[in-house]
Amino acid sequence: MSYLPYAVAGWIFLVGIAGIATSKNLIHLAVCLTVTQSSSYVLLLSVGYVKHGVAPIFLGTKLGTTAVDPVVQALTLTDVVVSVAVIGLILALALDAHRLSGTVDPDGIADVSG
Amino acid sequence: MVLATLVPLQAVAFGLVALGAPLVVLTRDPLRQALVNGVYGVSLVLLFVVLEAPDPALSMLVVSGVGYPLVILAAIARVRGHERTKDGDER
Amino acid sequence: MMVLGPGLLGLGSLFAWAMAGLPAFGDYHGPYGFVLNRVVVPLRHTTNVVMGTTFDVRGVDTMGEEFILYAAVVGVTLLLRDETRSKQAERRTRRLPNDTARLVGIAMVGGGLLVGLWLMAFGYITPGGGFQGGVLAAGAILLLYVVGSHRDYRPFRDVHALDPLESLGSGGYVIVGLAALASGTAFLTNLFGLGTTGTLLSGGSIAILNWASAIAVTCAMVLLFAEFLETYVVPLEPEDSGS
Repeated sequence: MSYLPYAVAGWIFLVGIAGIATSKNLIHLAVCLTVTQSSSYVLLLSVGYVKHGVAPIFLGTKLGTTAVDPVVQALTLTDVVVSVAVIGLILALALDAHRLSGTVDPDGIADVSG
Repeated sequence: MVLATLVPLQAVAFGLVALGAPLVVLTRDPLRQALVNGVYGVSLVLLFVVLEAPDPALSMLVVSGVGYPLVILAAIARVRGHERTKDGDER
Repeated sequence: MMVLGPGLLGLGSLFAWAMAGLPAFGDYHGPYGFVLNRVVVPLRHTTNVVMGTTFDVRGVDTMGEEFILYAAVVGVTLLLRDETRSKQAERRTRRLPNDTARLVGIAMVGGGLLVGLWLMAFGYITPGGGFQGGVLAAGAILLLYVVGSHRDYRPFRDVHALDPLESLGSGGYVIVGLAALASGTAFLTNLFGLGTTGTLLSGGSIAILNWASAIAVTCAMVLLFAEFLETYVVPLEPEDSGS
């Protein structure tokens, strides 16, 4: 019985959330969000791992060999690529906020109205 | 025994990732953080490889090597560039 | 700070509670993974089961993810494109002074493109695919920014030219799905010849969808980066030097 991998995923998630909450810079905040998102990769791949399984690529591996779950890998794969687009969008918003308020500090932006 | 079902290599990879995440968060300067985030990305790649997931590993490799740095560095450059031109106007 | 501590504690305990219900690490017994590992190669002729899953078994999900990418790029474009137009004249592109550095850079552009294309093309046979290859190819294309002057980057500077290509990638995915619908089967049914297992001509519509997403991802990434980097490009004819 081992739940350590899930604990690692939870730890990364909490660390990322703490980073977002205490961040004083929107760019720093966006990177913390990708850290939070990376916990989902760790969790997905840990859930799909099969003991003594091989990678689910059957080129040179005999069909029927115990392999790890391909579904979670497909999910992780697209998750990772989409995260770049998401951080791009968040940073674009940060730049817009910086243009309007002249600061990248989330607390400073709250003071600007209109 | 907690680590009984973990292959030692996997235990090390999980440990590296668990250590890397707080390092990324605690690096407050965005420029340094972009670098630390790259190292964290490599530790994730290592983890994916030992979890028998080559496709996500490749994906993470290109994203942490090309995707994140380009977007983050461009955003930093633009924020600093704005600040520099603003200073120039005041002078 | 006063909210954060207890909040994280609560979140952590809820997470631990949820995780306690999962099977232990390595003790996977969900049926889908095992079923797919058995049936995808005989049914779809793709040796990379992950890609077979991405583009066939859960092809509709991947279409949704492609549109997340599309929506994000549209958002970035809306936020940044207008501003960059007025700022363009302010910055100068610096040529790399060192010829060796330029040469190495050009070699890296070629190498990156080659590996990117290889990842795209063989995605459904060996690890790789349109998503990874697309990001790498986009990175190689953007290296032109570093190694060349803005003139070399000109075809990509006109980002409007990339918009239809990006739409072709995302739209092509939907068209392949609609083609199946038009032929009387379900959306995204694999209706092309499956070919020989382990060759480039395998997988039927998986290969087409792989290329469609490769185009979509490459264009999305180039557009995304170009919008961010555009401030560093001097237009060939300065429009307004007053700003």
